[in-house]
Amino acid sequence: MQSAISLSLSSPSPIARSGVANTGNACWPMPRSLRFCGLRREAFDSAASFDAASLRFVRLNLQPKHSSLSKVSAVLKGNGAPSSSGFDYDLVIIGAGVGGHGAALHAVEQGLKTAIIEGDVVGGTCVNRGCVPSKALLAVSGRMRELQNEHHMKSFGLQVAAAGYDRQGVADHANNLASKIRSNLTNSLKALGVDILTGVGTILGPQKLKYGKGDSGDKIITAKDIIIATGSVPLVPKGIEVDGKTVITSDHALKLEFVPDWIAIVGSGYIGLEFSDVYTALGCEVTFIEALDQLMPGFDPEIGKLAQRVLINPRKIDSYTGVFASKQDGKPVQIELIDAKTKEPKDTLEVDAALIATGRAPFTKGLGLENINVQTQRGFVPVDERMRVIDANGKLVPHLYCIGDANGKMMLAHAASAQGISVVEQVTGKDHVLNHLSIPAACFTHPEISMVGLTEPQAREKAQKEGFEVSVAKTSFKANTKALAENEGEGMAKLIYRPDNGEILGVHIFGLHAADLIHEASNAIAMGTRIQDIKFAVHAHPTLSEVLDELFKSAKVKVSASSAVAEPVPV
Amino acid sequence: MASLSFSSSVSSSTPFLRPSAFFLKPRSISRLPLVRAKIREIFMPALSSTMTEGKIVSWVKSEGDVLSKGEAVVVVESDKADMDVETFYDGILAAIVVNDGETAPVGAPIGLLAETEDEIAEAKAKAAAQSSSAPSATAPKVEESAPVATKVEAPAPAVAAAPATPGKVVATPYAKKLAKQRKVDINKLVGTGQFGRITPEDVEKAAGITPAPKANVVAPAAPAASAATSAASPAKATTSFPEIPGSNVVPFTTMQAAVSKNMVESLSVPTFRVGYPISTDALDALYEKVKPKGVTMTALLAKAAAMALVQHPVVNATCKDGKSFTYNSSINIAVAVAINGGLITPVLQDADKLDLYLLSQKWKELVEKARAKQLQPQEYSSGTFTLSNLGMFGVDRFDAILPPGQGAIMAVGASKPTVVADKDGFFSVKNKMLVNVTADHRVIYGADLAAFLQTFSKIIENPESLTM
Repeated sequence: MQSAISLSLSSPSPIARSGVANTGNACWPMPRSLRFCGLRREAFDSAASFDAASLRFVRLNLQPKHSSLSKVSAVLKGNGAPSSSGFDYDLVIIGAGVGGHGAALHAVEQGLKTAIIEGDVVGGTCVNRGCVPSKALLAVSGRMRELQNEHHMKSFGLQVAAAGYDRQGVADHANNLASKIRSNLTNSLKALGVDILTGVGTILGPQKLKYGKGDSGDKIITAKDIIIATGSVPLVPKGIEVDGKTVITSDHALKLEFVPDWIAIVGSGYIGLEFSDVYTALGCEVTFIEALDQLMPGFDPEIGKLAQRVLINPRKIDSYTGVFASKQDGKPVQIELIDAKTKEPKDTLEVDAALIATGRAPFTKGLGLENINVQTQRGFVPVDERMRVIDANGKLVPHLYCIGDANGKMMLAHAASAQGISVVEQVTGKDHVLNHLSIPAACFTHPEISMVGLTEPQAREKAQKEGFEVSVAKTSFKANTKALAENEGEGMAKLIYRPDNGEILGVHIFGLHAADLIHEASNAIAMGTRIQDIKFAVHAHPTLSEVLDELFKSAKVKVSASSAVAEPVPV
Repeated sequence: MASLSFSSSVSSSTPFLRPSAFFLKPRSISRLPLVRAKIREIFMPALSSTMTEGKIVSWVKSEGDVLSKGEAVVVVESDKADMDVETFYDGILAAIVVNDGETAPVGAPIGLLAETEDEIAEAKAKAAAQSSSAPSATAPKVEESAPVATKVEAPAPAVAAAPATPGKVVATPYAKKLAKQRKVDINKLVGTGQFGRITPEDVEKAAGITPAPKANVVAPAAPAASAATSAASPAKATTSFPEIPGSNVVPFTTMQAAVSKNMVESLSVPTFRVGYPISTDALDALYEKVKPKGVTMTALLAKAAAMALVQHPVVNATCKDGKSFTYNSSINIAVAVAINGGLITPVLQDADKLDLYLLSQKWKELVEKARAKQLQPQEYSSGTFTLSNLGMFGVDRFDAILPPGQGAIMAVGASKPTVVADKDGFFSVKNKMLVNVTADHRVIYGADLAAFLQTFSKIIENPESLTM
C-alpha cells in the first residue's frame, strides 16, 4: 500500500511542475527562463530583440489600448450619431438580465451604440431571484451536509461538534451575493457606456419603442435593431394560490424568511431538486409532488436513477408522482393531490409550507407585440433558429429578435447570453446560428448533476430516424483518485456518441463538481471535436477532469485520429 | 498472482453458497392451471455460514428492468461484506419485495422475477401479498415492539378529535422512512408532533430505539428511555442494568452483531486450554532474513501452524453434531484481524501447501480486501483453525474464545527475553513466547493438543523447514 501511494504521488509531480513552469512563462516572462523566451522569439520573429521585460510591457499595454480603440470607434460612429442614420440607437435591448447584459457587452465590442431598458433591477431573474442567490444557499447546504455527516468526517479523521446555523446569517449571505453581482453587472454596463433606460419597454412599431412608467412621461426612441430579453417569472399552475408566506415560489424561498419543519415541493426539476438539497441540509423534511410518472424528469434516465439513489432516497424526503397539487390553504397547509391521469382527488397532504417549483413562465406582457402583429404561444415569443421574431402570419419581423426565457428555446441564463451574442453577430453582418446542443446545463445539488447535448433516449430516437449507430461509455468517480481523496467516490459520467465517426452526442455527469467538469464536453461539441482527437488531450493528475479523460478513452470509435492533433512543439 | 488459483480450490466442507447462487426457485403455480407462468422468487442469499439476515444496500435494477443471466441485480450487506448479487435467469424484475435499506432473513424472498411481461401484474399481486404478511413472519423483533405500539392504541380517538386530522394519519417523510426500516406500523402510532403529526421520534420510540441523547438530557427522562429499550430487546438479563445518565447507546453494526452472536454461541461448546512456552530466537533470526522479501510474522506463524496440523489432523477437525468427528481435507488457517470497529477472520486456504512467500502475498491481498469490505465468503468463513496474535501489543499471554464450527484456536503472545536454565544447569537469556490453544474437548483431548503444541514448538524452534 505504502509503496503504491508514494509511486502515484511522485510520478505526476514532474509533469505538474513543468506545466506550471510553462504557463508561468507565458503570463509573466521571467528573466530566469531565457530558454522559453528563445522559443517565443522563434514564434514572433519581429519580437526577437525584445527582452523579457519589454515583452511583458507590450503585452500589458495591448489590452487597454485595444478597448479604448473600440470605445473610440463606438463614439465616432455612435453617441448622437449612430451608424445608420435616423435612429437614436443601433441596438436597444429590453431587459437587463443575463441575456441582455451579454448581448449589450458584445454589441459595444462590435461598435454598436447600445441602450438597455430595465423596469426592475439590473440582473434579472438569474442574479436577483435565481441562479445567484440559490448558489449562496447551496454553498451553505453543502457545508452543512459535510459537517453533519459524522461518518464522512470520521473517515477523514476529523471531529466536529454538532453543526448549527443562523437562518438570518444564511439569508444575508444570499442577499449580499445577489447585490454584489448586481452592482458588478451594472458597473460593467456603465463602464462600457451602455445607456441604461429605466422603465417598462413597449414596442410601438417597426424599429420604434417607448419606455417609462407607462404614463405621459414615456419617451419614444428608435433603434435599428431591437432585442426582446424580458425573461420569465415562476410558473404557478392553476388552482394554486401563492401567498408568499407558506405557499411560496422560488422568489420567496431564496429570501429564506423561514425554515419550515416540513415543506412540500411541487415539481422535481432543477429548481425543486436544488431547494430540496438546501432544505434537507437545514433540517427540514421534504415531500416532492411530481405530475409526471417519475421524479427528475428531463434528466438522462440512468443519471436520474443514480441521482435519486443519492439525493433523494437516503434523505428525509418522500414523494408522490403522477399527481397534481391543488387547493392549498390554512395552517398547516393542506394540499389536495389529484391523479394526473384520472383527474380524481387522490390524497391530502398537511405540511408547514409549499414551494411551487413547477417551472417558469415567459414574462412578455405589455411588450406591445400586438403593434407588430406578433402572437405569443403560451406566452413565449415565437422565433426562428436565428432568434428572429416570427409574426402571426409566419413571417419574420425585420430587425426584431427575442432571446432567453422569453422565447423558451432553452431556459438557462447562459443560453440567453449566448443567443444575445449570436444576434449581435447577425446584426453586424456575420451570419451566426447557435448550436443549442452545445449548451451545458447543471443542477447544483450535492453532488452536482450536469449535462450537455442529448439524453440517451433522445440520441437513440435520433439514431433510429437518421440511421446511425449509438454507443454509450461510462466511467465512475469511484476510480478517480481526487474524488476518493475527497471521500466523494459516488458518481458517474456517461458519454453518448456515434462509434462510426466519433461525434459526441451527449455527456451527462453526476458527481463531485460535475457542473465544472461538463465544459470539456460542451466545448468539444461546440467546436465539433471528435472523440478520436480529444482522447489524446492530456489532463493533470490527480484531478476530477480525469473522469472525462477516462470517459473519452473508453469510447470505442471505429475511425482513428483525423490528423496530427496539433502542430508538434519541440520541448 | 499465482495465488489466485487457490481461491478456486474452495474446500469441500464449506457450507455457504456463492453470492451468485441467487436461489431462484420456480414457484409451482398449481393453483392457476391455465397459466404456465414462471415467476421466480429472488431470495436473500446466504453469503456466509454465519449470516442469518442480510441488508439490501441498494437495488441495482428497478422494477420493470429486463435482467439477463449473470447481471448484478442487488447489493447485499452481509455480516461481513457488501456484495453484488447476480441472477441466474433471464427475466424481468417484476417486483421488489424488500426495499433499499431494509433487512430480510436468509432465504426470504426479496424480489420477484417474471419471465415475460404478462406475468408482471401477477407477480406484483404476489409481492403485495408477501409484503403485507412479511412483517410478522420475517421480523420477530417487531413482535417485541408491538406491546409498545398497541399500548398507545387507546388514545387514538384523541387524534381523530383533533380538527386538523379527521381520521387521517399524518406522518412526516422521515417518520415514514424510519417506520418502514424498523417495520413499525405507522397506523398504530399516535403523533406527538405539531397538528398531531407522527414524527421520527414517535417511530423511534415505538421501535424501542433510544433517541440519540441531546447535550442536556433531563434526568427523569432516563428511566423511561431504559424501559423502552428493554421492552424491545429480547435479552432478559439487560433489564437489570441501571441507566447511567448521559450514556450513549450505539447499536451494533452488522459485523458487530455477527461477532456477538458467535460469541454467545460459543458458550455451548466445552472448551479447555493448553499453554506452551516456545523459544523464538531461531524464528526471529529467520524473520529478519525473510522480512525484506515481504514475509510477515503472521505468514510465518500460519505456515508453522499448518505444518503442525498436517501431523495432527484431529486438531484440524470439527465437531458438528456432537456425535462425530469431521476431519477437514484442507488446512485453512483463519487469522483474526481487527478492522474499524469490527473483527474479521480472513482465511489462508491450504496454508500447508503454499510456500511462505505466496502465503505472505496472499495475506496482503486478503487484508486489503478486508479493509475494502470486499472479501468473498470463502475468504473469511472457510477456516478450519484460527490464529490470533496480540503479541505486537506486548500482551504476553491471553485466552481466545473458540469460534463455532472449528476445533481449535491459537492465541499467540509476545516474544520476550527470558532467563532459561538448560539441563546442564547453565543460565542463558532466550526469547520466549507463550502460545495458548483453546480447543473443543468433544473431539480434541489434552494429549492431542499437547502433542500438537510440541510439534508446533519444534517447527518454531527449528524454522528452516518453513522456508522449504
